Amino acid sequence: MTVHNFYMFDRNGNCLFYNEWNRKKQAGISKEEEFKLMYGMLFSIRSFVSKMAPLDMKDGFLSFQTSKYRLHYYETPSGLKLVLNTDLSVSNARETLQHIYSNLYVELIVKNPSCSSTQTLDSELFSSRLDSFIRSLPFYSPRAA
Amino acid sequence: MSRQSNRTTDSKKMNSELFTLTYGALVTQLCKDYENDEEVNKQLDKMGYNIGVRLIEDFLARSTIGRCQDFRETADVIAKVAFKMYLGITPSVTNWSPAGDEFSLILENNPLADFVELPDNHNTLIYSNLLSGVLRGALEMVQMAVDVKFVQDTLRGDNVTEIRMKFIKRIEENLPAGEE
Repeated sequence: MTVHNFYMFDRNGNCLFYNEWNRKKQAGISKEEEFKLMYGMLFSIRSFVSKMAPLDMKDGFLSFQTSKYRLHYYETPSGLKLVLNTDLSVSNARETLQHIYSNLYVELIVKNPSCSSTQTLDSELFSSRLDSFIRSLPFYSPRAA
Repeated sequence: MSRQSNRTTDSKKMNSELFTLTYGALVTQLCKDYENDEEVNKQLDKMGYNIGVRLIEDFLARSTIGRCQDFRETADVIAKVAFKMYLGITPSVTNWSPAGDEFSLILENNPLADFVELPDNHNTLIYSNLLSGVLRGALEMVQMAVDVKFVQDTLRGDNVTEIRMKFIKRIEENLPAGEE
């Protein structure tokens, strides 16, 4: 049970925030390139999912998993995208992502007039609160991983 | 879609008079700072826009409302959920254009204008123009370009206060230009 890393993208594809907790393997490319790659994949999955769906969807793309990890995706109607990678034992992180959006991002970034949310967020408070929130999650326990 | 505003964070209720009076002080100051009403209207709209682009995030977080399927649903959400949440009123939605891309919000009582009497030398001032900006900014963040304007205002002697909303277009999301 563990949380690997977390990405937050704005509607234009800028990576607003990134942090990692228990990531054993790095991508081997620069972080900027990794963010672009990640965003490009998310963008493609979104359009793939919406074109392939045989029925009208409500939430669209939710998550995918491989043999080793699961990627959880949450997008707000305003286009903010939150991505959390965990191991396979975490079946649904939707509420976790919603909590990060409504209780951390909205409260600490949107309501802070000196934080503009167009480029990388540099709020000490946000990153430390997010860090302690992730560490307090029931499925955060790197040792068991 | 849930119409219920099940709030994750307790909204801090506050006396709306404080808001009304603060807004009044803002408008008064703008009228002093700028020569003409047109410029004041423009400034109010601009401030409203800046509020709207942030307010939408608070609204989405608190209301857990998803993306609207059409403009009618949008109108409903604005009138019944958003106005209720932030101003404590529920305007009525009327005067739909045949194409369904235009409607009016009728405000029975406008909380921003509670204690206001416009002096004669400000007959082109759109006192509550901040609201137009808020609506425009908030909707822009959910990919809707909308034209918002006050067409009637009780402060200027009309029977009701009417905000006209016109859907212009859907703002498409684009993949940022890559190097490859």
